[in-house]
Amino acid sequence: MAATEREVQRRKVSFHQRKSAVERTLKGVSFVLLVVISAIMLLPVFIMLSTALKDQQTVFLFPPQWIPRPMHWDNFIAALQSGPFGAYFENTAFYAVVGTLFEVASSSVVAFGFSRYNGLGRDTLFYILLLTMMIPYPAVMIPQFVLFKTLGWTNTYLPLIVPSLFGSAYIIFMLRQFFNGLPGELFEAARIDGCSEWRTFVQIALPLSKPALAAAAIFGFMYRWNDYLAPLIYLNDQDKYTLSVGLAGMTSQFSIVPWHLIMAASLVAVLPPVLIFFFAQRYFIEGIAITGLK
Amino acid sequence: MVTAKPRPKLRYETKYLYIFILPWIIGFIAFTAGPIVMSGVYSFTRYNLVLPPAFVGLQNYAQLLRDPLFWQSLKVTGIYTFVSVPLGLVLSLLVAVLVNMRIPGQRAFRTAVYFPTLVSGVVMSLLWLWLLNPQFGIINYLLWELFGIKGPQWLYSPQWALPSLILMTIWGIGTNMVLYLAALQGVPRSLYEAAELDGAGRIRRFFTITVPMISPTTLFLLITGIIGTSQVFTQAAVMTQGGPEYATYFYVYYLYQEAFGSFNIGYASAMSWVLLLVVFLLTYILMRTSERWVNY
Repeated sequence: MAATEREVQRRKVSFHQRKSAVERTLKGVSFVLLVVISAIMLLPVFIMLSTALKDQQTVFLFPPQWIPRPMHWDNFIAALQSGPFGAYFENTAFYAVVGTLFEVASSSVVAFGFSRYNGLGRDTLFYILLLTMMIPYPAVMIPQFVLFKTLGWTNTYLPLIVPSLFGSAYIIFMLRQFFNGLPGELFEAARIDGCSEWRTFVQIALPLSKPALAAAAIFGFMYRWNDYLAPLIYLNDQDKYTLSVGLAGMTSQFSIVPWHLIMAASLVAVLPPVLIFFFAQRYFIEGIAITGLK
Repeated sequence: MVTAKPRPKLRYETKYLYIFILPWIIGFIAFTAGPIVMSGVYSFTRYNLVLPPAFVGLQNYAQLLRDPLFWQSLKVTGIYTFVSVPLGLVLSLLVAVLVNMRIPGQRAFRTAVYFPTLVSGVVMSLLWLWLLNPQFGIINYLLWELFGIKGPQWLYSPQWALPSLILMTIWGIGTNMVLYLAALQGVPRSLYEAAELDGAGRIRRFFTITVPMISPTTLFLLITGIIGTSQVFTQAAVMTQGGPEYATYFYVYYLYQEAFGSFNIGYASAMSWVLLLVVFLLTYILMRTSERWVNY
């Protein structure tokens, strides 16, 4: 009896050893795979940096230099002086910051309405809101353009910013999901205490929603910072361009494409989103997770 | 039956519902519903923004059916969608599974995969235009150095241009990866333990537990993927101008050319209605069939 028990024990141990050996091999293989995948993902970024530091001659060397010699840090200055980049940067920042502030402010009001008040027609309207998330921008851009042209708003930032005053379906949806998770008793208590509905929203709901508002603001900012089609349609004067519109024009501006300058300017353009990502990574992931819910 | 009591409450709730959502209702009418109706109206006219619209009946739609560029742009966009969306889903799930394991450097790997999604469409297009340069680009250099393959002309070849753009989408799987990662972490551990006790191997557990449990995320990503790829514009505008030989003439690029290049507002409006119908139809089909494969 004792022998068989020992035998069982021995088999159990060897099973676990075998299992952990498989586990270790699997982890080793995965690690190597991930190193390769990460290298593939980061290689373009590295080339961008390396090209940005070359000069007109070393850019077209073959085989390419991985680490440029000499390093031309002055490319960044040359790139920013090759067009009204200061203006592009300011314009993009203006569009991204003001548009996002409007969008988050209006969307949070609407989201609170959808979350808090079970009035007549709420579910139908919310369903319509979800449907509008599926509408491609190109499907509505022509009549919007005609409307803004009639108003005399083309070649200004009004067509890009005014629509954000009315909320956006995606952000409304995201914030409603968050408000739905707040305890209802809190609002009931406020109502019993005679707190007005607006004050309940501003003084109770909003302060509790800082992480969700931050995530919404990051989304809005990134979207506008990287937006191309809408600014391209509305902005005509070069000094009104955003970074995307200005950068896209750089390849056709010169007879030999100055890749080193384009990459230097691109790096400057990418910097704000990258900085935000590293400082607010938590909100990024949270935001993506909120919208990904069923 | 509604008793007398809750009535005032319902009226109160309704009043505040509409006060709070009023901005969205105005915006919906002005910037979504209105434009959709108006582009429907324009699609029956000839309109160049200068002269008033002239009614032409179904002429724009009839012309669309006979327009080889319309079919070409539909084909290009269709191929791009039906290859890059499933490819992106499979790859992002694979990477999500890998970065979900307890592995040293896990956070760094996640950041590396997510990082490229921070780069804007325009910058990404410029960068890849350079990487895919047949003579001086790093991709053909690496193909030659590592594998002894003489790389193709990429964006300058009618055969390779569209595959190049599809290849490029791999660089953007980060967002999908994060969503899949969240879904993977939501699968209850007990399911795996039970299956393991029953003797199910890793691969079997992946296909019988993981895949069904994360199917709602798959549905979500399929729908957002189709909607996103149906509107590809930047790559065509910045990298290829729709060429060579219309090999990358994406639907929205054509729509843009018609609307803002030639000011054929009526024709472009007909195109935007077709786009809307196709996107809604595909989403509808996915939602209907999802009852069979999505685990709610």
